[in-house]
Amino acid sequence: MSDEPDFDVVVVGAGIAGTVAAYQLASAGLSVALLERGEVAGAKNLSGGVLYAAVMSQVFPGFLDAAPLERRIDRNQVCFLNEDGWVSIDYADRSLGTQGTAVSVLRGRLDAWLAAQCEAVGVQLLAGFRVDRLLWEGARVVGVVAGDDELHARVVIAADGVNSFLARDAGLRPRQELGQLAVGVKAVVALEPGDLEARFGVGADGGTAMAIVGDCTQGIGGGGFLYTNRASVSIGVVLRLDDLVAKEASSVAVFEHFIAHPFVDRLLAGGEVIEYGCHLVNEGGQAMVGNLVHDGLVVVGDAAGFTLNTGLTVRGMDLAAGSAVAAAQAITEAVAAGDTSAAGLARYPALLRESFVGKDMRTYARAPRFLENPLLYREVGLLAADALHGVLALDGTPRKHLVPTALDAVRRSPMSWGQLARLGLEGVRAL
Amino acid sequence: MRPTTVTERLAAVRFVVDEDEPHIVVHQELAKSTGTAERIIACCPAGVYWWAPDGTVAVEYAACLECGTCLAVAAPGALEWRYPRGGFGVQYREG
Repeated sequence: MSDEPDFDVVVVGAGIAGTVAAYQLASAGLSVALLERGEVAGAKNLSGGVLYAAVMSQVFPGFLDAAPLERRIDRNQVCFLNEDGWVSIDYADRSLGTQGTAVSVLRGRLDAWLAAQCEAVGVQLLAGFRVDRLLWEGARVVGVVAGDDELHARVVIAADGVNSFLARDAGLRPRQELGQLAVGVKAVVALEPGDLEARFGVGADGGTAMAIVGDCTQGIGGGGFLYTNRASVSIGVVLRLDDLVAKEASSVAVFEHFIAHPFVDRLLAGGEVIEYGCHLVNEGGQAMVGNLVHDGLVVVGDAAGFTLNTGLTVRGMDLAAGSAVAAAQAITEAVAAGDTSAAGLARYPALLRESFVGKDMRTYARAPRFLENPLLYREVGLLAADALHGVLALDGTPRKHLVPTALDAVRRSPMSWGQLARLGLEGVRAL
Repeated sequence: MRPTTVTERLAAVRFVVDEDEPHIVVHQELAKSTGTAERIIACCPAGVYWWAPDGTVAVEYAACLECGTCLAVAAPGALEWRYPRGGFGVQYREG
């Protein structure tokens, strides 16, 4: 390697983690190349949930007003879906719209904006550029190889997403187990905004996000999601691969079953599918996070395994941004100190541990294990519906108080008292 | 909402097909002997894989949405799967 590399930092992947890292590094005065294999930034990216934008507002002042966001999420629903009905918790609050940070996004628009912010601070964006492998000098990463091109850098950032071939090739991440991965299958369904607002009970800027569990996945571990964009709805399922394979189910059939369910059908009547997509999701939580640094290499975002499913919230994009902020600070210091070895970059995992990313990953370390419980994907929803049926479906027989009605429902459920107690206890500990 | 097939939904997606370089190769014997064939056919949300009449696994790589699910469920060596060359493959406009 020549003494002067082409760039201080080469960032692979123009998603949330890659653009945030590139923006921070260029803002700090480093020379940065941002490589994206899609035609444009965002072309390969798919969101499957809400962006909790507090960290984005720290990186990009005025983010909530300036960025091309879809809707402010001021209504959240958690829904246990059964074959014949559903039981929901529905929380709407005006303060979520005025002070909250949860927004829906479409990555085609958001990522293009993020890449433009990067270019404005001097990042060199190279789109349509697939990185084939890391460039090594001994045990040290010194750049990337793309076709016949070699780009040399002091530090390479692998922001290449959940499949991260770069992190795998560097041995930083073991092959994920099937139980640690899920496939998200999603459609974007166009609806006229006024119609959408009436159906979902939201205002002109407001929006709904739903987490759905149960019959949406036909009992397969995972769940359904639905959230409103400005003039469309993103809807889909997330299916844990170990369970999908074990049940020999078809991801297409499960998705089609969900969107035909009366719960969905009434909300999307007359809508038109304007895009269909799928994406792998990390489901293993803290246990999936491998080594984050190597000599000359740093891993961020989905590539590092930063995703959190707590049942009520599913987070990836905010963790991607948080990891990128920590990585950028550590790299800036390492380049200034002239040491970009793993030891020189060790500030990144240290900063991360102290940030909301590290803390939340630890807080929810037990969540993946809890969410493996198969009772969540069928029996719990049926029990809730049965108990409410006992309260609300008056058939002329004398009534019982609430508690005996609920106890009768538990007795009728295939779940034992012990199973139910353990589920409750584990849930309280994990979530 | 009107029911749609995978093919109809994929028609709404923009693809830039790399006619010169397929990015997926199924190793037929290993795919069949390891159960990989059944798994990738069932798991792929884009319907890229199906049983051909001659008993081999057919591949329509042009419809690949590049999620990586097939690679995750495949037995080692049964499937070669990489990203398409830069600028090719699925190009989401909504995302």
